[in-house]
Order: sequence, then C-alpha cells, then structure tokens
Amino acid sequence: MHIVVPIKQTPDTTATITVDASGRISWGDAPLIVNPWDEFAIEESLRLKEKFGGKVTVITMGPESAKEALKQAVAMGCDEAILLHDPAFEGSDTVVTATILAAAVRKLGTVDLVFMGKESVDGNSAQVPPALARRLGWPLLAYVGKIREVDPAGRTMVVERILEEGRQVVRAPLPAVLSAMQMNEPRYPSFMGIRKAARMQIPIWTAADLGLSPEQVGAAASAARWPAVFAPPKQEVQCEFLQGESPEEIARALVDRLLAEKVL
Amino acid sequence: MDFRLSDEHRMVQQMVREFAEREIRPVIKEHDRAQKPIPWLFERMAALGLMGICIPVKYGGAGMDYISLGLACEELERVDSSLRVVMSVHVALNSLSLLQWGTEEQKQRYLVPQAKGEKIAAYALTEPGAGSDAAAIRATARRQGDVYILNGEKTWISLADLADHFLVIAKTDPEKGHRGMSAFIVERSFPGVKTGTLHGKLGVRAGNTGWIVLEDTPVPAENRLGEEGEGFYIAMAALDNGRYTVAAGAAGLIRACLEASVKYANERMTFGRRIGEHQLVQEMIAKMAANYEIARLLYLRAGWMKNMGLRNTRETSLAKWFATEAAVQAALDAIQIHGAYGYSDEYDVERYLRNAKGEVIYEGTSQIHTILQAEYALGYRRDRPLRCELPAYDPEIWRAEPAMA
Repeated sequence: MHIVVPIKQTPDTTATITVDASGRISWGDAPLIVNPWDEFAIEESLRLKEKFGGKVTVITMGPESAKEALKQAVAMGCDEAILLHDPAFEGSDTVVTATILAAAVRKLGTVDLVFMGKESVDGNSAQVPPALARRLGWPLLAYVGKIREVDPAGRTMVVERILEEGRQVVRAPLPAVLSAMQMNEPRYPSFMGIRKAARMQIPIWTAADLGLSPEQVGAAASAARWPAVFAPPKQEVQCEFLQGESPEEIARALVDRLLAEKVL
Repeated sequence: MDFRLSDEHRMVQQMVREFAEREIRPVIKEHDRAQKPIPWLFERMAALGLMGICIPVKYGGAGMDYISLGLACEELERVDSSLRVVMSVHVALNSLSLLQWGTEEQKQRYLVPQAKGEKIAAYALTEPGAGSDAAAIRATARRQGDVYILNGEKTWISLADLADHFLVIAKTDPEKGHRGMSAFIVERSFPGVKTGTLHGKLGVRAGNTGWIVLEDTPVPAENRLGEEGEGFYIAMAALDNGRYTVAAGAAGLIRACLEASVKYANERMTFGRRIGEHQLVQEMIAKMAANYEIARLLYLRAGWMKNMGLRNTRETSLAKWFATEAAVQAALDAIQIHGAYGYSDEYDVERYLRNAKGEVIYEGTSQIHTILQAEYALGYRRDRPLRCELPAYDPEIWRAEPAMA
C-alpha cells in the first residue's frame, strides 16, 4: 500500500498564543511540533504498512522550517517526505490548501490512502480532509476511530467513524481520504529513524512542480478573508469551595449551585 | 565553532523529553514516596534504545554519539534523577568500560545484551570503608588456575538488586595499593553473589541502591577486564564517563528548578505583584539561568571531546563539579521561591533538592573535584595515556551492521 500522510507543523499545545493590536498571532518562542492529530494518522499508517507492506509518504505545505516536522515523521518510520513550498502558497485558505495537497497526491502516482488528522490544533477548521477528498474525487472517511479491516487486493476498507451520536461502521472503496481521531498511542521516533531523518534530503515541490499557476494558489485564490483577528476576551473565573459535613451534603450543595447557575 | 545542535541531536532530545514527560512524570512522585523503582522502566528504556544509546550498532546499541548520551541524561534528569542513574550505571560506568577495555569475546558476551537492554549492568567499586580513597578497597581476587576467587563487600551500588552483570573492582595484589587492583565482570548467577537493598536514602528514592557481598565467588579468568593490575585505571576511566552523565543530568536538574521557579514566580502574587517582579526573587532566577547555561556548555564540551577521542578527565571533572554544586543551589533557591509550598512534596522542588544532594557526593565528592581542579591548575597533575582509550566516535563504525555469523 502507498499511504500519503499530509501533516501540519503547529505550535506546541502548551504554547501561550497572543494576538497583537494589528491582528498578528504569536506563540512566542514555543517549539513547533507535528500537529498531534496528524500523529495518530502517522501511527495508524505505519501500522498498516507493517501489516500490508508498501510505504508511507509524508507531505506538508509550509515554510522551509516545516522540514523539521517532516523529519520527525520520518524518524517515526515514514519512508519519504516532501515539502510543498512556494512563496505563492502564502495566504492559502483551507480549500486552496486542499487544491495544493491534491496536486501533490496526484503527482505521487499510485496512492491507496490519504490519512491525516481530523483537524489541526492551531486552525481547528477540520475543512482540509473533506476539501481534499472532493478535489481528488475520492470517498471521505472523516473522524475515524478504528480501522476494522483493509483489503488491499479487493480495494476496500471498513472503518468505524466516531460521531456525536455514536459509532458508525462504513465500508468504502480505495483509494480514500481518512481523517483520524485519537485512535492509538503514537510511537516515539527510533534512533534508527532519527539517523535516517537527519541525513535525509527533503525535496521541495513548488507550484510549478505541481502544475499549478500562481492564480490558483495563495491569498488571491482563496475565498476566505480575515477582516479582523482578535483574542477572545479573558474569562473571569472564580473558584469556590463548597463546605459540608459529609460528601452527600457537599454533593447536594453542588447540585443546588449548578441548578442556581443554570448549568443543569 | 558551531554551538548549534544537529537535527539528530535535537530529535534525540525531543524524543527523550517526550518519553520522560509522557510516561515518567505522571508516576514518579508515588514511586519516590514509596521508595520503589518503576517496575517497567528498563523495558521501556530498552525498547526506545536508551540502554545502548552510544554503543555501536554492531554491539547491539543505537549507534548515536556521546553528545546524544549527555542530551538524553539532561532530559531524563529533568524529570527524575533515578532515570539518569540508570544511564550513568548501566551505560556509562559499565557498558562504556566494556567498549573501552573489553576483548571482542567480552563485548559479544556482555556488551551486546546490555546495549539491547536484555541484561542490566552495574558498577561496584565503593566499599563500606573505601569511597573517595578507592585504592583502599579490601575486596580481593585470588587467582586459582583458570578462575579468580573473589571475596569482599561493596556498598552504595546503584541497581544492586536489579543488575545481572557487575563490574567489580578488587585487589589481586593487596600489597601494591592502586597498582594491585583488577576489574572483573561478575554475573549475578555466579556462586556466592548476594545483594540487598539500602532503604532510607535522602534522595533518588525511586532508584534502587544496595550492597553486594561476594563469598568465594569463582570468576573465570576470561572475565577479567583489562590486564591484572589495571583495575584502578579502568575504574577511573569509567568515572570519566559516569561523571559526564552526572554533569549532564545535573544540568537537567537545574533546568527543572528553573522551569518550576519561573512558572511559580509568574503565578504567585505578593504585595500586589507577581513575585517574579521582586528583585530578590529575580536574583535567584538569574543565577539558575546562568548556571544552567554554564553547566550545559561544560558537559557538551566534555561530550564533544569524547566524540573527538580526546582525553577529558579534567574537563569532565569540572563539568560534574560545577553542575552538581549548581544543582544543589538551584534546588535550594527553587524551594525558597516556592515558599512553604516548596517545602512540601505537593510540588516537585523538594525532590529536586533531595536528589541534587547525592550528586555532590557520588562519582567524586565536590572536595575530590576541587582538589583535582587545583592540581591541574597548579601543574601537579597530568593525565598519562591509557593502554585503551575510549574510542572516538566514528559514525561509520558506530552505524555499521554486525557481520552475519
């Protein structure tokens, strides 16, 4: 199987995000990491590779420094990595991002699965997986919590999707686009992987390499606009300790307060 | 000069940091309180390749360099000293001694399973009556045909109860002082080997420390490491590596103190402002920040010298001395910044102090290192070449796969 994992380099989840008066977002000097949702997709893809053979190619659209995220994925066990980088890509919204990723997937030739996190921890839009599936014309299996079976020869797979109402079991033909929930414990990079990643020369694909014209990418091609960016107002939080003689009494006091505050 | 870490080093750092944060941080306090080692620790560290991090691939290791060993120690001790102690004892004091002095047969038999983490290794020099004065040890090894008969008692031995292999230093010629010492690879399964636990330590309470008694233990002559009479030099060369890991770990401990202090100083309010805005708190934070950077540069230089194959006894001693003293001070100041909370085990900083105090005692007390540094400066001490030096790091050799048998 050939599995492509599009990932995103995001600020660490513990970073303090600030927005200045002109709407510029900053995470200070917090480290950049592989989007944690994508790590589930990487792990699951590596397990599929271990089971069925084949290879895992990791791709990302971003600045040169995003190579670090790709190297992290290679250190975990991915076989190949490609950076999609072009100054013209800057300002691309989720739909244009999907256009660029789709062009890269097509350029990679035979691909059985595209597997990515359900969303990024910075943008949180969850729009790229469906947009990418649409661009490729492949079925979308979003919010996958478990892979039940894969039949590479019969070109089908069965997954469990996690929905608000419960779990949904879906069968789909391959190739397909999957987006991962928290479905496994991502492995650590191995020393062998680290050595391979450190040595790896990561190719860069530009808009021209992907057969995309400057008009098709970047802010100009994007439908989404950002008229204003601001931090949500700080919530005032008050902490109150409920007193009581027994746990039951404290629990009753808690229920009363929750009802009074209309939480329940 | 290039002060940047390579991609490889940064990934090692990140991987070890994530492991320690994700798997050890949540459980360490309860193990420290209970004085119980984490039962699955070796298995996890072995699975990650840490137990043979800087050992060549052909000897079962991960094939990384000595700087990676230091970086791993820093990250491990940032969470708890007991993790770094495993690296000091198993990797640095024992396994690197086998790499440095061992015959090919000894490496195959003992280093390979150790580097894979299938066997655990410890180092036994200290005795009830001999610590800093290593030449005063009383354990004996008497040659009897093809075996040596070992007798003696070792104490303050990290991993004593858990190790499969011990590097034991004993006197083959009690008349000769430090030239009468030899080193032996002793297996736990050899007759007459007994071990026991020392409880009630001030710090490193999640780490196992104990004693070993050898009673007429027969050790095959082929298990002698190095030549007869070379034991003192082997023991000291081992300390050049052990002290390096202690220095790197202590840098991690200072960083842990700094991080905890910065966080708390930005949360806690007194006199209407964050305590971090008070100059006397700032002074303590500034010293921690400076000492962390100094400790880090000193251990990285020592690691670089090891990579280059340069003798580093002096530089490693300096790194260990400075970093451990600074760690004790950083932990004291971290507690001071945390006030009464720091004095309780609700916060981690009291553990940092208890763990730091051991470091100015083991692997050369601060007094020994003070004297060493003075003697080097005064020209009273010079290091003579060893018969076997720690091999310089060569990525080609370290990463070569073993030849198929």
